[in-house]
Amino acid sequence: MQLFKETHFDFLRNKWPFIIASLVLTVAGVGSLIVKGGPRYGIDFRGGALMYVKFRGAPPISKIRSALQSKISGNISVYELTDTHEAVIGTELKEERELDAARNIMRQTLEATFGQGGGKLDFNNATAEDLVARLRDPLLRAGIGLSDQQLQSLARAMLDFKNTPPRSGLIDSFDQLSSVPGVTAGVISVLKQECYVAPFSVRKIDVVGPKVGADLRRQAILATLYALGGMLVYIAFRFEWVYGVAAVLAVFHDTIITVGMFSIFNKEIDLTVVAALLTLVGYSMNDTIVVFDRIRENLKILRRESFPSLINKSINQTLSRTILTSGLTFLAVLSLFLFGGSVLHGFSFALVVGIIIGTYSSIFIASPILEFWQNFMEGRKRMAAVAVASGRGPRGR
Amino acid sequence: MHKSLRWKVILIVTVLLVCVYGIIGLPRSTSELVANLKKNIHLGLDLRGGSHLILQVQVQDAVKAEAQQTIERLKEELRKAGIDYSAMDRNDPQSIEEADSIQINIHGIPAEKSSDFRRIIADRFPVWILTPVNSTDYRMNMRPSELAALKADTVERCIRTIENRINGLGLSEPVIQQHGRADAEYEILVQLPGVDDPARVKQVMQTAALLEIAEVKGGPYSSPEQAMAQHGGVLPLNTRLVKMAPGHGEGDTWYLVSRIPVITGRDLRNARPGRDEFQKWETNFTLTQDAAARFSRFTEANIGNSLAVILDNQIRSVARIQSKIGDSGRITGLANEQEASDLALVLRAGSLPAGIKTLEERTVGPSLGADSIHQGIRAGVIGLIAVVSVMLIYYKRSGVNATVALLLNAIILMAALSYFGAVLTLPGIAGVILTIGMAVDSNVLIFERIREELRAGKSVVAAIDAGFKKAFLTIIDTHVTTIVSCAFLFMFGTGPVKGFAVTLVIGLIANVFTAVFVSRVIFDLELSSKKQVATLSI
Repeated sequence: MQLFKETHFDFLRNKWPFIIASLVLTVAGVGSLIVKGGPRYGIDFRGGALMYVKFRGAPPISKIRSALQSKISGNISVYELTDTHEAVIGTELKEERELDAARNIMRQTLEATFGQGGGKLDFNNATAEDLVARLRDPLLRAGIGLSDQQLQSLARAMLDFKNTPPRSGLIDSFDQLSSVPGVTAGVISVLKQECYVAPFSVRKIDVVGPKVGADLRRQAILATLYALGGMLVYIAFRFEWVYGVAAVLAVFHDTIITVGMFSIFNKEIDLTVVAALLTLVGYSMNDTIVVFDRIRENLKILRRESFPSLINKSINQTLSRTILTSGLTFLAVLSLFLFGGSVLHGFSFALVVGIIIGTYSSIFIASPILEFWQNFMEGRKRMAAVAVASGRGPRGR
Repeated sequence: MHKSLRWKVILIVTVLLVCVYGIIGLPRSTSELVANLKKNIHLGLDLRGGSHLILQVQVQDAVKAEAQQTIERLKEELRKAGIDYSAMDRNDPQSIEEADSIQINIHGIPAEKSSDFRRIIADRFPVWILTPVNSTDYRMNMRPSELAALKADTVERCIRTIENRINGLGLSEPVIQQHGRADAEYEILVQLPGVDDPARVKQVMQTAALLEIAEVKGGPYSSPEQAMAQHGGVLPLNTRLVKMAPGHGEGDTWYLVSRIPVITGRDLRNARPGRDEFQKWETNFTLTQDAAARFSRFTEANIGNSLAVILDNQIRSVARIQSKIGDSGRITGLANEQEASDLALVLRAGSLPAGIKTLEERTVGPSLGADSIHQGIRAGVIGLIAVVSVMLIYYKRSGVNATVALLLNAIILMAALSYFGAVLTLPGIAGVILTIGMAVDSNVLIFERIREELRAGKSVVAAIDAGFKKAFLTIIDTHVTTIVSCAFLFMFGTGPVKGFAVTLVIGLIANVFTAVFVSRVIFDLELSSKKQVATLSI
């Protein structure tokens, strides 16, 4: 099977609409960044508390917000993750001192709002230790004698059952536990008497102090810039320096547009997104080098060819590879996006967008830069030649 | 089979076996296979659940303590040498940044004793630099090299103490290590797999656990003001006011205690939880031989006086000395067994030389971890199947080469992570995805090149040869460029960025081996088995 046998698209002649589109996207992204005063950093880079809470049904976003607003000062963001019934709650953190408090307040507020008072233990948010401490005496009273070790492993088995998908942290009633080895009717009745199941389960809490946030931000940006510089130097060494500049500009273009998109759609940039951006940089760079490599090779064989037509030929020769590789990588990333779960969601989204832009930029950004440079150099040469010719002119006459 | 080809096959099979062994060991049953897999592939906390903490050591505490100790020693030396002084104090740096500004001020040294004074400082306190302020006053600053050593030592002692305490809690596979730049950041990274509520661990880690037993000189008082009033506005020499820990009766209670404790935490030999005669929880401790001798001498001489047990500058209990006390003591009034055993633990582990502040705390609950692994595997398998089927449809027989190369790449990558003991995190998976993308790309590059050569009318053997040769240059350039960028990411990046770089570099190196070498060997094997090769399934 073959999709493209031999193509002869004139990419360079049709470059302007694409370059203009790129410029528009870049300007829109940068404009949005300027208007909003920089990218919208996640708590990783800004400092703050972030909590993922899974609910039994659709999370009551407004109820969560109003409950927290009375307890915590500053901005509170609450939004729902699509189709996993998870709420993401974010609060600000101005100082390291508030770090311990922020976490506790968030948990307690959730418990007070959605839990059930009466001194019972919430099974859905308990640790194995809590459970052991809570159940030891009541089990004894109920005539179920277990050694400490047996009790520990029983508690752990029940929690493991609760935590494995499809329950993913939430059980609806204690009767569900009957399939866990060691859980008898007696144990369940003790559980019912001592514990209750809240309609939510805290899945993840990140609390980052502002100092660490600023450090992470600085280091991520520096590392990326150094990496770009390193690639520029290597490509300049292997090809010519203008190739290095063109490749890095193309990659920079991809990053700026992606970051701009995040700003326009008001999405937060956190550490996972940075990992995705790094992947995008690697991918786009790979794509560009493949095309450049072909140009370099053709420069040796096709000496007669004009530079633009040589670039066109190189892009066409590598086109089937480009389409196939992008398509296959896209498939892998798409699978991650569709089936990878909430943790990988933002990450795979950035990649899905990134692969499209990365492929496109090697053809319509990196290659035209080479052409512009060539034209510019030839223009200068011609100017020099004209100057020489006109200088000679009078004498010849 | 050609001889060199045979060696190549042997090499590939060996690599494969070594890698498979690295991942699953030698399992005898399915359960053993799963256990080995879990043991060899270390998943990061973001994937399997657990707590990740970054703590900052408040090194200024240790610097201040050192200055305070120096002041006490200097007073003693001056007394012995018969040199008078009017006052001696130190400044009070509040943050890590200010720690270097530590300074001791000495006032009123008689001018005629100045040379003696200087000699004492030079001989006995080489850590400090003495600078005269005027004819009778001096200041002392710590030498920068000594300051740096003191701060580094403080961080190290904190790490050791925290390690002792966490090990005492019996958690599995905790990681406690220096984080960030050693000379400027004083940070400690603590990773606790499987811990989804770090509150207790934090409590245990952050307790200073500074135990003192000191003689009570007066009290109780309801407020510091009352205490001052009873002593005419000035506290007696070498005493201080300490508050009673909350939970003992109503309101605040203060006692006046001796500044110099009889016993400190360093004198403990052991500590363990227990119950008193009313079945209330308490922590019992025993003293070292030296301390026990000192303690029994002291108690014998002070029968009828009171002693206070002070923990982290709060009085836990006050008791009258009824008789000579030997080598043991207890801290009473604890809420439950956990508090009693935690206190015993921190006392055994020793006190922290400086305060600890939490800078970052990330907790991934076990349910999210389980979900991530489950979904990650599913997404990976689906993605792989999709990629492999497209390759097989598009390149037919040659697609098998690519598939073998791809799978071998994944196996080598996993094995390398296992052998290096590297941890697979979410950003690491990003690196794996880019690796897969580039591995697919290498195969596609080669195959497209071979097709081109075939179209140009070359024979199968020549086309394969030319295809590999020409694609090789491109593959080297793309891979080296990415490895260069990874080197920078590794050098300048933080944890997650580093994880990305590590998996990517391993994957790329494996890829050069599988896509270029292994795939070529498979082609050669196929060709060598036939006499005449007219067509190639590509």
